[in-house]
Amino acid sequence: MKNQILEILRNNSRISDEEIAVMVGATPEAVKAAIKELEENGIIIGYNTVIDWEKTENEIVTAYIEVKVTPQRGQGFDKVAERIYQFPQVSACSLMSGGFDLFVVVEGKTMKEVALFVAEKLAPIESVLSCATHFVLKKYKDNGVVFNRIQKDEREAVIL
Amino acid sequence: MNIRQMIKPHILNTPPSGIRKYFDMINEMKDAISLGIGEPDFETPWSIREEGIYSLEKGKTFYSSNAGFIELRREIARYMKSRFSLDYSPTGEIIVTVGGSEAIDIAIRTFVGPGDEVLVPEPSFVAYKGCVMFSGATPVPIELKAEDRFKLQPQQILDAITPRTKMIIMGYPNNPTGATMDYEDYKAIVEVLKDKDIIVISDELYAELTYRGNHVSIAQFPEMKDKTIVINGFSKAFAMTGWRIGFACGPSEAITQMLKIHQYAIMCSPTTAQFAAIEALRNGEPEVKKMVAEYNRRRLLMVDGFRKAGLDCFEPVGAFYVFPDIRSTGLTSDEFCEGLLKEERVLMVPGNAFGASGEGFARATYATSIDNIREALTRIKRFVDKVKAG
Ligand SMILES: Cc1ncc(COP(=O)(O)O)c(C=O)c1O
Repeated sequence: MKNQILEILRNNSRISDEEIAVMVGATPEAVKAAIKELEENGIIIGYNTVIDWEKTENEIVTAYIEVKVTPQRGQGFDKVAERIYQFPQVSACSLMSGGFDLFVVVEGKTMKEVALFVAEKLAPIESVLSCATHFVLKKYKDNGVVFNRIQKDEREAVIL
Repeated sequence: MNIRQMIKPHILNTPPSGIRKYFDMINEMKDAISLGIGEPDFETPWSIREEGIYSLEKGKTFYSSNAGFIELRREIARYMKSRFSLDYSPTGEIIVTVGGSEAIDIAIRTFVGPGDEVLVPEPSFVAYKGCVMFSGATPVPIELKAEDRFKLQPQQILDAITPRTKMIIMGYPNNPTGATMDYEDYKAIVEVLKDKDIIVISDELYAELTYRGNHVSIAQFPEMKDKTIVINGFSKAFAMTGWRIGFACGPSEAITQMLKIHQYAIMCSPTTAQFAAIEALRNGEPEVKKMVAEYNRRRLLMVDGFRKAGLDCFEPVGAFYVFPDIRSTGLTSDEFCEGLLKEERVLMVPGNAFGASGEGFARATYATSIDNIREALTRIKRFVDKVKAG
């Protein structure tokens, strides 16, 4: 049942416990308990909304930053990653294979704000060797959702 | 000249579809929800669309052989074998058609004509009866019963057979009831049909959309294989309705004759669709699984919603339709659907549109978003409560 619940919530976290219960063939109480357990076990760790900020007054600038670091003795990359992801400006941070080490996503109100964050906060961190900042110009798809596509039912009436 | 007088009686006497008026009404409405459309709401999976696009880019714009590209027929043979344990030879026992629709038409025309009777269990897909009438043969309805969960019963066949009976057309998983036939159900039917000279047309377009157990084909019974034409396709399983592609499998003697009609009337099915269909059979399965999982969740939600709205509703385990019993409202199917559309702006299709035995029922499809289903069920409940309160 837990896998079914995760499958449902992954696509629509606003769906009610009652509806999930019908879909997985359980009681709403059982679903509630299962979700609570998933949360407590750190399997469900948050509920997000995918927003196209461009359509609002408060536009958001996003930058993807490739960071190279020197790993620290005994702690590998975890320590420096932690120093980085604690900043509220950082919305995502992952350890990568390949040509660089950490992939950091930074959000800000303006390009300048993001650039300053990189120059003043990120780059000076002791073990950070280099940062390559790439600004997002346009989002086409995020979190499995395509932007700027209004879903309209275009099916015509046929006799069947 | 009065052109009407020139038209064949077979055509004139075939009634136009009874559901047109509802679609005309809903087109005038704002904020209406249609549970009336019998096709997937998913777009064709991208890898399949992309194969179609590539074929055009590469200039593959020519006819295929009449029976369809041999690569596609090979994929169909492989699919029928691996999915349904049915052996058909890509050369001679498979024909690629313009949708399951064309396959139904040419199968009927190959076997029956004036003087022949064709058993058509109802409620069922409206094209069966129409195509039988165009062929000049006489459709003989068999009234399926809600008590039997709309499964065909052997005695019903025996009661309907006459010396002129030459064919029976079955469609499971069923449109509009969502009913399926499992192995035991078919076994009883096979007992009756096995030593009769009656051709079986088995329309299995919804085979992939089976939510409990595996789809069973009547052709899996060795006694039946040499008198059954299996019809399947891509429209429902792979969300490819607009591509117009499907296929028929059967004994080579029959397929060869069906191919003649197809050759002269159609030439070949659209080649862009054929290239896309090859990709669908090669790599489409994971996407089909995803769609089926989503349909299944919506199905459970919808059945639950109808029951909570106070309508009896047997659990359909195939296709993407729910067929609630609306008799407790005291309304006819037509009154129910017209009232629901006018008062709550929700479109369902009256059960009698699929045959007289569908009276007292209405069809809703869950090939629409969960948001739509949720809102529609709220409105339906409000409507039923109001009608029942008088
Ligand atoms: C039972 C059944 N058979 C056949 C078809 C025809 O499908 P297509 O011609 O798109 O393959 C439909 C379409 O609604 C159907 O419901």
